[in-house]
Amino acid sequence: MRDPFTRREFLRNGLVMASAAATIPAFLNASAKAMHAVMAGLSSVPGVPDDHILVVVQMSGGNDGLNTVVPFGMPEYYRARTGIGIPERDVLKISGGDGIGLHPAMAGVKEMFESGQAAVLQGVGYPNPNRSHFKSMDIWHTANVEASGDGWLGRYFDAECCGYGKGESGLPEDGAAGPPGIAIGRTAPLAMEGRKIKPVSFESADLFRWAGAQVDENLGESYSALNRRGDGSVESKHPDSNASFLLRTALDAQVSSDLIRKAVARRPTTTFPQTDIGRQLSMVASMIRAGLKTRVYYTSLGSFDTHSGQGGAQGRHAQLLRQFSDAIRAFYAELKEQRNDGRVLTMSFSEFGRRVAQNASQGTDHGTAAPMFLFGPMVRPGIIGEHPSLRDLDDGDLKYKLDFRSVYAGILEDWMKADSRKILGGSFRPAVLVRKS
Amino acid sequence: MEQPQSGEPVFEPTPVDEDPVGSLRPLDPKRFGPAEARHLLWRAGFGGTQQQIQLLVEWGPAKAVDHIVDYDRVPGDTPDLAAFDSGLIRPATPEERQALAMARRTGDQETISRLQQERQQREMRDRAQMGEIQKWWLKRMIETARPLEEKLTLFWHGHFATSYRGVEDSFHMYMQNLLLRKHAAGNFGELLHAIIRDPAMIRYLNNNESRKGRPNENLARELMELFSLGVGNYTEKDIKEGARALTGYTFQDDEFVFQRQNHDNGGKTILGVRGNLDGDGFVRAILAHRACAAFISRKLYHYFVADLPAIERADDSDLPTWQRAVLREMASILRASRYELRPLLKRLFLSEHFYSRRFFNEQIKSPVQLVVGAVRSLNTPVRDLSILNDALDLMGQRLFLPPSVKGWDGGRAWINTSTMFVRQNIMTYLLTGRRPQGYDSTARTERFDAMSVLPAGAKTPEAVVDGVLNVTLGQRPSVVRAALLEYMASRNNRINNETVTGLLLLVTAMPEYQLC
Repeated sequence: MRDPFTRREFLRNGLVMASAAATIPAFLNASAKAMHAVMAGLSSVPGVPDDHILVVVQMSGGNDGLNTVVPFGMPEYYRARTGIGIPERDVLKISGGDGIGLHPAMAGVKEMFESGQAAVLQGVGYPNPNRSHFKSMDIWHTANVEASGDGWLGRYFDAECCGYGKGESGLPEDGAAGPPGIAIGRTAPLAMEGRKIKPVSFESADLFRWAGAQVDENLGESYSALNRRGDGSVESKHPDSNASFLLRTALDAQVSSDLIRKAVARRPTTTFPQTDIGRQLSMVASMIRAGLKTRVYYTSLGSFDTHSGQGGAQGRHAQLLRQFSDAIRAFYAELKEQRNDGRVLTMSFSEFGRRVAQNASQGTDHGTAAPMFLFGPMVRPGIIGEHPSLRDLDDGDLKYKLDFRSVYAGILEDWMKADSRKILGGSFRPAVLVRKS
Repeated sequence: MEQPQSGEPVFEPTPVDEDPVGSLRPLDPKRFGPAEARHLLWRAGFGGTQQQIQLLVEWGPAKAVDHIVDYDRVPGDTPDLAAFDSGLIRPATPEERQALAMARRTGDQETISRLQQERQQREMRDRAQMGEIQKWWLKRMIETARPLEEKLTLFWHGHFATSYRGVEDSFHMYMQNLLLRKHAAGNFGELLHAIIRDPAMIRYLNNNESRKGRPNENLARELMELFSLGVGNYTEKDIKEGARALTGYTFQDDEFVFQRQNHDNGGKTILGVRGNLDGDGFVRAILAHRACAAFISRKLYHYFVADLPAIERADDSDLPTWQRAVLREMASILRASRYELRPLLKRLFLSEHFYSRRFFNEQIKSPVQLVVGAVRSLNTPVRDLSILNDALDLMGQRLFLPPSVKGWDGGRAWINTSTMFVRQNIMTYLLTGRRPQGYDSTARTERFDAMSVLPAGAKTPEAVVDGVLNVTLGQRPSVVRAALLEYMASRNNRINNETVTGLLLLVTAMPEYQLC
């Protein structure tokens, strides 16, 4: 028998209290929220599903899949890549690899792999692939081959009540315990843009606040007073007006900003590599530790557009893969320390892979299908799917094996507990990516 | 009641309890004061300085509205079609096609890859040009002497929402902007006839793929649902027949082309009109429909007067009677003028209804309105257009990239905890030159003369605070006023560029500053 007074039950009671007072400014819910924020930081209660988190790592520019997950067992690979192929002796062999291994710079990913916390999804793509960075990236972001519409994660937020709904703790927050989606970067990715729900984005947490206080520190106090008037202390005669709505949102922004900056200010106890992606994932780890209710974090790593001088076992591409791999390892080491690792699934993707044959400049041009990675103790580990054939090509490009929308569907259904058909606007067979617990 | 200061517009507290009048009867010219002039400047444009407000008051409503609406009498340049490169995106030349075919046959990977790279490079240059065109428009909105022209062009851009994301040809986007601009305050019927010939629109809604026997319904559907009638005023059969009427409407390079061989010239019935209708016949059937003028009126009202719920969520019967009456009157004016927009806009901007206090400072500024309005009303330096353009993106309004064919939702959809800080911080940038982090810190910094916003003779902290509130908010809420006076006191009531900039930073970071 489950304890009737589970966390979920408890929160539901809190919810009734909050919704009965829909016209009360956000502030009056603050005590319920504060309690919730504390609870979210607690380790899991037996029998109650913990809130799952998705972390996306975007590899921008078109990552060369063939030199990331290397088919060293296929002679065609070395014929097509005379200058930049990874020699078999350098490839990191993985259990169950059978002629497939990892780029030598990816020791971190290999470690994750061997401890059953990583999956390689082979040959992910979509029909009639587009080779424009811009268009193809939009296709991945919208989960729509016309590249139109809102972002796929944005649609998830819209459909699932910010992602706080269904099967989870079910608290319809309005942002004060952390926004539903946070993107690290100057602009928010299209993937996170919903019709109703928009992500919060910042390059560093320091920017998620008013810049005026840095111009003149004397302003801080007045600013705070003026922007926290939405707490109900000033009576509004017209609670439905846009003016009242703005007062409430301004207050929420202050609370959110405090929460996020405080979270990020506490450095992780473990060490992260001094790279940009390392910094981004360390911020995410801090926010997760602080118990933000955020369901999706978005990070990115660029410069994968290696048209020339790509390098092989060493060189430019190797460096990028090392940054990626080391940061992921550090991220999960920290999450494990926090005992949050089981709640966090990380997915990496790139807008396309590269052509099979290298070009005349010791680089590779825009191609098609490529592997994706999933990380976390809850992923179904190992190599998922077959490596695309290097013989049966489509005009020099790999044929995809797995539609990326099936990957999204698997994550939405089995990890986020959402209805993927509603969100993806079509029926894509969910790939089985999560361990059956 | 506060005492008026000499030469300074005075705004009374807003009584909002009374319902606005339910007709477009003209405002008594005697009641056209600074608050009304300010409202007109913000809604029919992007705000104005205290001097401009004063000037409109002196002119009185009739002259002010004529000046704003008959903007073609105000000197201004017509954008030059040749200002941007039309040749970046083009179909492959016969030579290129031949070279590619040859390379494919012989397995010449190097040539294939070179040709693909060339194309990618052109696409990259085209995206860069799109950025230049975004900045060109933003600059134009900031500098124009005809604000309503830009404001209406922006209205039509959101109405006939077309995104570069589906068009992928910056020059076509530019051409569409010139088209919307040309008809901005002209005749809606002419605009509707023109839009079905616009290459960007044709591409965006796939009409270039629509031909006899295989019609694509996209343009036909949106033409009625989003551009003219609204849901419920046509049937699925009207869409099917309409799509047939539009077959063969396509473009080549930068020109509209009617491909007779792809056009379905058979008989059709659209919205009750029978005949061998083509695209123009379809548009005429739409314009003859009663719902059209009502639909356009409602969108104009939403843009210029007050938020209305999206029509698919709430039709007119859900609105209060006074609002319904005004919308009916607007529609009948538009019908009577055969879709000429100027008579309707003048009636609206001269009406007592438009100046109801209920509507003052109750519209949420779009990102464009916020940025352009701040520069125009405070005379801040323009600083770096790229940074302003990026901020528009962060605030959810990328020019030439509306989120979908439905355009921007606007209103409260602009505001969330993230955009709130972007809004505050872009104001900090305009006022002080302090760049958002992540930008090159060596860019030039112009000093903003904050004292210039104050009325002559503002020598006391009270006068300074009131001067700042008048130019920024047009109202002086007592709580706010007290907080600002406290700030001044903390700076020993010194009145200088630094403290006035401080006041402006505080006020423009306030929730109320997001309203106009």
